[in-house]
Amino acid sequence: MTDWLSPTEWQAVALSLRVAFWATVISLPLGIWVAWLLARREFPGKQVLNGLVHLPLILPPVVTGYLLLITFGRRGYVGQFLDQWFGIVLAFRWTGAVLAAAVMAFPLMVRAIRLAFEAVDPKLEQAAGTLGASPAWVFLTVTLPLILPGVLAGAVLAFAKAMGEFGATITFVSNIPGETQTLPSAIYAFLQVPGGDAQAFRLVIVSIAVAMGALIASEWIGRRVARRIGGLG
Amino acid sequence: MSLSVELEHAFPGFALDVAFDAPPGVTALFGRSGSGKTTVVNAVAGLLMPDRGRISAGGAVLFDRAGGVALPPHRRRLGYVFQDARLFPHLTVRQNLTYGRWFAPKGGVSLEAVVEMLGIGALLERHPVALSGGEKQRVAIGRALLSNPRLLLMDEPLAALDEARKAEILPWLERLRDGTDIPILYVSHAMAEVARLATTLVVMEAGRIRAAGPVAEVLADPALAPVLGLREAGSILPARVAAQEEDRLTRLETAAGPVWLPRVEAAVGTALRVRIAAQDVIIARARPEGISALNVLPAVVAAVRMGDGPGALVRLSVGGDALLVRITRRSAMALELREGAAVFAIVKSVSVAQADIGVM
Repeated sequence: MTDWLSPTEWQAVALSLRVAFWATVISLPLGIWVAWLLARREFPGKQVLNGLVHLPLILPPVVTGYLLLITFGRRGYVGQFLDQWFGIVLAFRWTGAVLAAAVMAFPLMVRAIRLAFEAVDPKLEQAAGTLGASPAWVFLTVTLPLILPGVLAGAVLAFAKAMGEFGATITFVSNIPGETQTLPSAIYAFLQVPGGDAQAFRLVIVSIAVAMGALIASEWIGRRVARRIGGLG
Repeated sequence: MSLSVELEHAFPGFALDVAFDAPPGVTALFGRSGSGKTTVVNAVAGLLMPDRGRISAGGAVLFDRAGGVALPPHRRRLGYVFQDARLFPHLTVRQNLTYGRWFAPKGGVSLEAVVEMLGIGALLERHPVALSGGEKQRVAIGRALLSNPRLLLMDEPLAALDEARKAEILPWLERLRDGTDIPILYVSHAMAEVARLATTLVVMEAGRIRAAGPVAEVLADPALAPVLGLREAGSILPARVAAQEEDRLTRLETAAGPVWLPRVEAAVGTALRVRIAAQDVIIARARPEGISALNVLPAVVAAVRMGDGPGALVRLSVGGDALLVRITRRSAMALELREGAAVFAIVKSVSVAQADIGVM
């Protein structure tokens, strides 16, 4: 594979995989929690939270990227704080690309998990309670296993979205080869130079392969889980 | 161990106000839909917070409004068997059965004993999706039992099953009643189930308790028959299998003498409870001759209650046991039935169905 892709191209692919992986892993616990809040809880400001979560889905990605830049940039409120107290800098770093990808993929992840929560019969959780399980145990032993297909579907969707994120990423962390040049940014960069089409095309093929692989994997996992639970298939 | 309940709770347009004790054995909460039975069970289980009252089980206070005690459901240690079995679909039958073990104190019945008692040994490695309705309900009962509960709550556990499945499960419930010393609170609106299973009967009507006491006494009370349903009214006669006779009849010994029924598949000596519908009994002043009915029992009138319509309900004492009879007012007057009158109760053998016969 390294022979087939040039070092620059390979770098972009590896970076994208790394960014998408971390964006998915880090946002998953938060995604489950937010999906749970939206599916199961009533609280003031629920609609505001719902709106905030879904905002990146409808805003132009460049707007989301700009908002991230003014919030998490070195001079942004949060960015300044993170830099001074923890020495964490996100802007123009690959970690910033993780944040941008996570924010953009978050609505898709929450949606899938929230649907899974809503499909769990609360009567089963009630039954687990009468058998002596505390609410935390009920969540771990009944709710979580039952929403697992939704969680996996959400994670795969988020991963695929993070792999392909472009607008917010390039706005927030720019397009620095080796640091923030993800797969879409690299394709974009190759298309800007004369004769770069061949390189861009190779990356396009990689993109398609990764996306297809992710979809097939999620299908397969979903089927296996569903068969075990006995709901479908 | 026993359960003591005192509750008041107001819903819009409906008020619940009940107090009763459930001694060991099966206490049936009987009443029409909407009489508040499920509300009582949910309050006992902790799924509903009543406005006022006190609930204790086996010495432990589960709820006491005045004392500020309200244990959450998972701390009450009550096994709840729901109408819809509510098995965990992602776990096998074995894992479902042992689910409560993680949280229960050590002790109680063993998995082997429960599997044996409920006949679910062949199902252990299956998932709930592969079980029939009756099998699911048996597993649900086993799961509740294995959580080592202070008492079992059963909310119409047979209501969702067809007649064949009900008939399949009833014997298991009888075994459960006789094989454990855990009190069972059993909600039902089906008289046949109550007559077979209950040891204590609590009759509810519009959020209140209309009557409570040993099942044979309550069922034989003429004043309650309209509440229980006139067509369903009937009493329970204790009996013992005396002999299996050649012409496919079974001779039972009762306090008032022998009773013949179509073949009852039970060993000689087995104690039975036989439900006899009030409308299937005939009263005669003199011992009838040349009659097809096989069972003629000497009886004494214990109580007569004239209805508002054409009917009358008579409670007879047959050898000390109560027998409820529904006749017309006209007959009651013509026979001059009043307390202390000596009569004969006539019961056709074939009027007693197999489903009306349970073990004691």
